[in-house]
Amino acid sequence: MTALIGEATGEVLRDGAGRPVRSQPPRGRTQRSRRVRYALTVAAFLLPSAVPLAMFTLGPMIGAAWISLTEWNLISPATWVGLDNYATLLTDPETGEVFLHTLYYIAGYLPMVYIGGLAIALALNTALRGRTLLRGIYFLPVVTSWIVVALVWRWLLNPANGVVNTVLAFFGIDGPGWWTDPAWAMPSIILASAWKDLGFVMVILLAGLQAIDPELLDAARVDGAGWWRRLFSVILPLLSPATFFVIVISLINGFQVFDQVYAMTGGGPGGATQVVVQQIYDLTFRYGQAGEASALSWMLFAVILAVTLIQIRGQRRWVNYG
Amino acid sequence: MRNTALAGVGIVAAAALALTGCAAGDQSSDEAEGPVTITYSNFISNGGNEENLQAIVDAFEEEHPDITVEVTTLPYADYGTALQTDLAAGTVSDVFDIEYANFAQYQANGALAELSPEDSGAYRASVLEAYQADGAQYALPSSFSTVVLFYNSDLFEAAGVETPTGDWTWAEELAAAEELTDEGAGIWGDHQPVSFYEYYKVLAQNGGEFLNADGTAVAFNTPEGVEAAEWLVEKSGTVMPSIEDGQGTPDFDTNLFLDGKLAMLHTGIWMFGAFADVPFGWDIAVEPGNAQQASALFSNAVGVSAGSEHQEAAARFAEFLTSSDVMVQTRLDAGWELPAISDEAALDSYLTLGDPANRQAVFDSLEQVALPPVVAQGQQEMQDIMTEELVEAQAGRKTVQEALDSAEERINAAIGG
Repeated sequence: MTALIGEATGEVLRDGAGRPVRSQPPRGRTQRSRRVRYALTVAAFLLPSAVPLAMFTLGPMIGAAWISLTEWNLISPATWVGLDNYATLLTDPETGEVFLHTLYYIAGYLPMVYIGGLAIALALNTALRGRTLLRGIYFLPVVTSWIVVALVWRWLLNPANGVVNTVLAFFGIDGPGWWTDPAWAMPSIILASAWKDLGFVMVILLAGLQAIDPELLDAARVDGAGWWRRLFSVILPLLSPATFFVIVISLINGFQVFDQVYAMTGGGPGGATQVVVQQIYDLTFRYGQAGEASALSWMLFAVILAVTLIQIRGQRRWVNYG
Repeated sequence: MRNTALAGVGIVAAAALALTGCAAGDQSSDEAEGPVTITYSNFISNGGNEENLQAIVDAFEEEHPDITVEVTTLPYADYGTALQTDLAAGTVSDVFDIEYANFAQYQANGALAELSPEDSGAYRASVLEAYQADGAQYALPSSFSTVVLFYNSDLFEAAGVETPTGDWTWAEELAAAEELTDEGAGIWGDHQPVSFYEYYKVLAQNGGEFLNADGTAVAFNTPEGVEAAEWLVEKSGTVMPSIEDGQGTPDFDTNLFLDGKLAMLHTGIWMFGAFADVPFGWDIAVEPGNAQQASALFSNAVGVSAGSEHQEAAARFAEFLTSSDVMVQTRLDAGWELPAISDEAALDSYLTLGDPANRQAVFDSLEQVALPPVVAQGQQEMQDIMTEELVEAQAGRKTVQEALDSAEERINAAIGG
């Protein structure tokens, strides 16, 4: 949510700040002072978000870039090693593994959270009784701390006496080892993550659904289109901007998956859920290899940037802004 | 959008702290003769001994009215991370806890100031020497503790099994565990964690060595090492709960013992206080060995930060905290971990403090101890890899031999670098 608002205001203000000052040369004295006043106004509006952004995001990013060129165990002074950390990472098979684990997570998480969120949004977009309450309930997990959610899910999925396996046993099914079994640990995390983020996706898609002109759906109905036909031929194309936003945000969050892994499995069992950010954390705070960890952070940044740029390029083909 | 790429990444915090840390280090306060405030961060008092630590601090402040000590207490699990971050940021406390396994690393990296205690004879020499490097003292031992075999004597009596003695070997422990395990009643015979810290010790009990002579490579992949690992992992699922039962989750074993559902438990003497009020009879014995006896010796110490502005006051507090009579009495009264002092007579009262009755076993266990293997770099990685591979074998995803092969290769890569 905050990301959405931050993005929107950032974009508008940047346009407002950039265009007039740069593209037109100043003509007269009054115009110049008006221009200065305008620039100052813009700067004043930008300041509250620009200052923390520079201090807590941009600054540390630059700091991390410098650290990534050093060998630093957090205790003794850092020593310059140039691009050694990047070379080590690129030749270490573990780097590929942690990226693969992250992709596995995204491949399970993204379809689940999108289809689930869409289903709930469609259901709550009808004249259902108590839908306002239900919208609130579905959004609750989004605003709940990941640590709390992870502990609850660990308990639900406890292989020995968890609720899920107890219910499965009632139906004669021998439930899996969930987070103690390497084959089921990532599905457990995916399940918990999709459950938590469902509400966020639902809200975005619901907003998109409500922007669809009901007359279009009426017209389709008159033309004899059934529910599925209306969904695929009218609703989904008109929903594509919201879908695009959800996918971009979910992919970025997916690459950065950490809290739930840290709290549910810590990367285990046997390294089966060791994702990129968990690896960055372990390298820095467990193994005292802050340089290598910073290099991995920048590699992750490059991957996310590339994936996002590809999506922005590709959206022309399928996103319909009406 | 791309700015969020690094959000949530630990390194951001580290970098941010590094930036602010430079600033914090620059503001040098000129040390006046007047009152000073020193900071002390610890994990030793966490989980029940906070008030006991405060009593020692109060006594110190009374003796040194010009020194105020600000105490920060963190759980053991978070302490290492917090300490590293503080060292990186230059915001480390004047006095801080370290444990033996990490001492070498902090000393080698120059985090610790040299100390010269006024009365070094007050300390148990062998423990004091563990914190020396190049002939100089870099930390003062605050306590030591050993791991012993705890047992629920009511369960032994009900099953008609002889209770453990200091002469037991693995075979006797296993035989008793098999008789005591009663799955129908939810009673388990034994519990021993599957981890690095247990493995290096059972390896020593079996006559093996974890590292080679110069500490550059592992030496556990031998028949003795395999047998030791088998002893550790094969109890699981037979006489000890399996991972599916919840084994390996925090406090699982001690809670099982507290519930009266565990007959034997391998854990440290720091649990005496927690077990004081259980409604069943319990006692301890020196851990059974195989080829020989070997008990795990853990020791905590306090160091003074090399960057501290108040070295003098900090050193005085460190010495008080580790050797004063107030500390000895407080620790003994509370059943806290044993002070590392040389005065055996002062420790005599420890023997008659109540449960467990066989407190003599604590001193007996000191006769043959196994210190954790220490490497100059990759200590934590070595420990993590060993635990991970042993758990793979415990879960049956690898054979013991496969797990040790893999551990050997990975640890050698991590410490050899």
